[in-house]
Amino acid sequence: MNTSEEKKLSIICLSGDFDKVLAAFTLATGAAAVNYEVNLFFTFWGLNVLKQKKQRAFLGNTFLAKMFNFLMGGLKNLPLSRLNFMGISPILMTIMMKKNNVATLPELIQAAIDLEVNLYVCDMSMNILGMTKKDYIPEVKEVLGVAKFLEYSKDGETLFI
Amino acid sequence: MENKTIDITKEHCPMTFVKTKLALEKLKKGDQLTVFLSEGEPLDNVPKTAKEQGHKVLEVSKVEGPTYKIVIEK
Repeated sequence: MNTSEEKKLSIICLSGDFDKVLAAFTLATGAAAVNYEVNLFFTFWGLNVLKQKKQRAFLGNTFLAKMFNFLMGGLKNLPLSRLNFMGISPILMTIMMKKNNVATLPELIQAAIDLEVNLYVCDMSMNILGMTKKDYIPEVKEVLGVAKFLEYSKDGETLFI
Repeated sequence: MENKTIDITKEHCPMTFVKTKLALEKLKKGDQLTVFLSEGEPLDNVPKTAKEQGHKVLEVSKVEGPTYKIVIEK
């Protein structure tokens, strides 16, 4: 259509902090809504966002992986990077967001899926945590490594969150 | 020709233009989308991004108070 279709934003989502994930998805949906091609590459803590199980669960293939995955939790356990207060703050924050008609994290994730934002899982982190692709939501497009990420993010803007 | 209306007066960035984009995606070329939005950030950006994406902004008018109406043709 025009040059706007060639714009591209790639975000490496390392953090599993509620506020940082919120920032990543706000940027991703905003960019996708103005016709950017958007790639979200989730690694380590960020992978908690994409787990099928939204609550704490003993996932993985070894004892240590199961313990780590339980402690890391899922989408509903994301901590605030500051003032977390044992997980109460993200709940309060979500209530405040709803009250002020600001999109909540699950709403932003759904919007990203509707806007066809590309969701990728880091192969290395997935293996460390003893997980497989089917432990993550079906919208995950591909499990990939650095080489593929560089290829997909080439000639666009890249952020690390 | 289809005509669709959405109200994003209570939405904030980025859902203002996310909802507009998703509504436009469901329409066919030549269809019209009426959007009720608030002045400030949504009024500045929603018509602008619609134009950038190759759509036509047929109308921008004040409804009442901070609420505006815009009509976009896909």
